[in-house]
Amino acid sequence: MRVALFIPCFIDQLFPNVGIAMVTVLRRLQVEVDYPPEQTCCGQPAFNTGYWDDARALAKRYCEIFADADAIVSPSGSCTAMVRNFYPELLGKATKATTHTYEFAEFLVKKLGVTDVGAKFPQRVTYHDSCHALRELRIKDEPRQLLRRVRGLELIEMDQAETCCGFGGTFSVKFPMISYAMDEVKVSSIQKTGAEYVVSTDSSCLMQIDGYLRRQNLPIKTISLAEVLAST
Amino acid sequence: MTTVARLQFERDATVKTADLRHRAVIQKNINTYDIAVAKGRARFADWQNARSDAAAIKCETINHLDRYLEQFEQNVLANGGHIFWAETAEDARGHVLELARRHGVHKVVKSKSMTTEEIHLNEALEAEGIHPIETDLGEYICQIRGERPYHIVTPVMHLTKADIAQTFQEKLGAPPTDSAEELTMIARAKLRREFMTADMGITGGNFAIADTGMIALTENEGNARLSFSLPRVHVAIVGIEKLIPRLEDLALFWPLLSASGTGQAITAYSSLIGGPRHEREVDGPQEFHVILLDNGRTRLLADIEQRDALHCIRCGACLNACPVYKNIGGHAYGTTYQGPIGSVITPHLRDAQKWSHLSYASSLCGACTNVCPVRIDLHHHLLHNRRNAVHSGFDGPIQRLLFRVWLWTMQSPVRYAIAAKLGNFALRRGMAGPLLKPWTARREFPTPPKHSFKEYWRERGRRA
Repeated sequence: MRVALFIPCFIDQLFPNVGIAMVTVLRRLQVEVDYPPEQTCCGQPAFNTGYWDDARALAKRYCEIFADADAIVSPSGSCTAMVRNFYPELLGKATKATTHTYEFAEFLVKKLGVTDVGAKFPQRVTYHDSCHALRELRIKDEPRQLLRRVRGLELIEMDQAETCCGFGGTFSVKFPMISYAMDEVKVSSIQKTGAEYVVSTDSSCLMQIDGYLRRQNLPIKTISLAEVLAST
Repeated sequence: MTTVARLQFERDATVKTADLRHRAVIQKNINTYDIAVAKGRARFADWQNARSDAAAIKCETINHLDRYLEQFEQNVLANGGHIFWAETAEDARGHVLELARRHGVHKVVKSKSMTTEEIHLNEALEAEGIHPIETDLGEYICQIRGERPYHIVTPVMHLTKADIAQTFQEKLGAPPTDSAEELTMIARAKLRREFMTADMGITGGNFAIADTGMIALTENEGNARLSFSLPRVHVAIVGIEKLIPRLEDLALFWPLLSASGTGQAITAYSSLIGGPRHEREVDGPQEFHVILLDNGRTRLLADIEQRDALHCIRCGACLNACPVYKNIGGHAYGTTYQGPIGSVITPHLRDAQKWSHLSYASSLCGACTNVCPVRIDLHHHLLHNRRNAVHSGFDGPIQRLLFRVWLWTMQSPVRYAIAAKLGNFALRRGMAGPLLKPWTARREFPTPPKHSFKEYWRERGRRA
C-alpha cells in the first residue's frame, strides 16, 4: 500500500517529530509513504474565523495536490476533519481527496486493520480525546485500541477525557481567559489520574495542555499518539 | 468589531473565569444535572432514535410553519381563546399592557417564561404601575435579587442554598436557615397570597399544539398551574417556533424535554390549556389570550442553512454541556438566551453586528451538538455566523488584510517556507512577544525546532 502524507503546517513547523514518528510507524508496517512537497496549510484558521473564500482557495489547492493519492494520512484529527467534513461544504462537493483523507489512528485501525504496531512505551498514560477527532470524525476507540497494544503501557482514563482542552485555534488568543480556564479544568482531570504522560491524536491540544503544564512546573509530559507508537 | 456588548462580555468572562468559587458551584450543579440526565436518557429505548424522530417532526413543522400557525390560530379561536400576532417585542408588550388596562389589572403572577424575559415585560409592566410577581422559585429569587436568569431552565444555578438563605434574610427579612424545605416554605407563603389576589396570569408555552389549539406547560412547582387558572385573565406568550403539529407528538416531546432539561421522566406538573373557562366548568380564567411572538424569528426562518435553530425546545442541555458556559456562567453572555443556542440565535434575533462576538467565543468543540435532543447543528451554525459576520464587515480591515497576506503566503510553498523561517526566527529570539502575549501571559509557547518536517523529508526522509 502507498499513502500520501498530509503534514499540517503547525506540525511541519512546531512538531516535526510527530510527522517523522508517523513515517516510522507506517514504514514499519511496510506501507510506502510519499510526501507531496507543495502542501502548506489546510485553511482551517481562515475557515474558523469566517474567511471561507480564503479557505476555499486552499481547499482547491489541497484537492489538486492530493488528487492522485489513494489514501492521505495525517497526524491530526482537526485538520483531517477540516478536509473530510468541511471541504465538501466549502467546495459544494466531496472529491476523492476529501473522502480519502484519514487521521493516523483511524487509518491504522480501520484501513490497515492493525492495532499492534510493535511499540513499547513503559509508562502510565492518559488519553485526551481531541474534539475534532471525537465529535467530527467519531474516533474514540481506535487510539485506545492502539494504546492497549503498546508493550508496558498502562492506560488510565481521566474523568473528563471528552472535555475540550480549550485550544480552539484563534479562540485561544481571542478569548485567552476562557481558553485558560478550560485548560485548567483539563489539567486538573489529568492530574487526578496519576499518569506520567498525556497522549492525544492532536498536537494542537497537546500544545495547549503542555503550555499550562510547563508554566505550572507540573511533572506531567505530553506526547502525540504517533510518537508513542513509534517508540520501541 | 469592538462593541460595548463585546467589551462587557470580555470583562465579565475575565472576572467570572477567575472566580474559582463561582466555577466550583456551577461545576457541582452541572455534575448533579449530568447524573440525572444520564438516567433520564437511559429510560428511552433508543435515545438517538428519539432525537432523530424529534428532529424530523420539528423540521417538518418549521418548514410548514405558516400552515401550522394558522391551524393553531383557528383552533384557539374555536376554543374561545384570542390570538395576537406580535411582530416585535414592542408589539407584544403593547398588547399585554392594553389587556391589562382593559381588565383593570394591578397585579400579575407570572410563571417561568423566557419569552417574557426576551421582551423585557416586567420592566414594561412596572412602568405602568402594574406589579409583576415571578412565581417560579428560581425566577422569584432572581426577581428579589434584581438579577436576570442565569440559565434558561435553572435561573439560579449559580447560587448555593446558603446564598439563597442570605437573599431571603436580606430581602424578605426571613430568619436564617440552612433547610431547603424551609426556604421553599418561606417563598410559598409569600407567593400563595399573590396568587389569590392577582388579576392576570402570564405564562410562556413549552409547546403550542396546532391540531388542538392548546398550550402545553411543563413545570415542577405547580406555580404555572396556579398562574393560569386562578386570575381572571390568562396570557400565554409563545415564540412561533414552539409549534408542534399534533397532540400525540407530546408523547415524544414531553419526556424528551424533561429528560434533557432535568433528567426527569416527566415533570411534576404537565398542563394542557385549551381555552378559557367554559360553561359548567368550575375553574379557569374568564379570558385566554395567546401572543405569538416573532421578534426576529422569521429572519431565522428565512435562512435555510440555520433554520433548524428554530427546532429548539429550550431544554438547556447545550448550556450544561458547554465548557465555555461552565467557566464563564450565564450572566457573562449578556443575552436572554445563554450558551451555544444563545450564541447561535442572538445575532439573528437581534443586531448581528452587536452580538457576533459570541459566535467566536467558542472552541467549536461540538459538545452542544452532541447533546441537543432535536439535533440542531449548533457548533456548525457558529461557523456559519462567523462567515456571515465576515461578509458583513464585522472583522475590520486589519484582520481582513492579515488573512489576505496569510492566504498569499500559503498558496506558495516557497513563500510559506520563507514566512515560517522568519516567524521561527522571531519566536526563538522572543520577538513575537506582543503578538503572542494573550497566550504567553499564562501558558508556555513551544520553541520551534531547527528543522521542519519538510526539511527532514528533503534531506533524509524520502530516502530512508
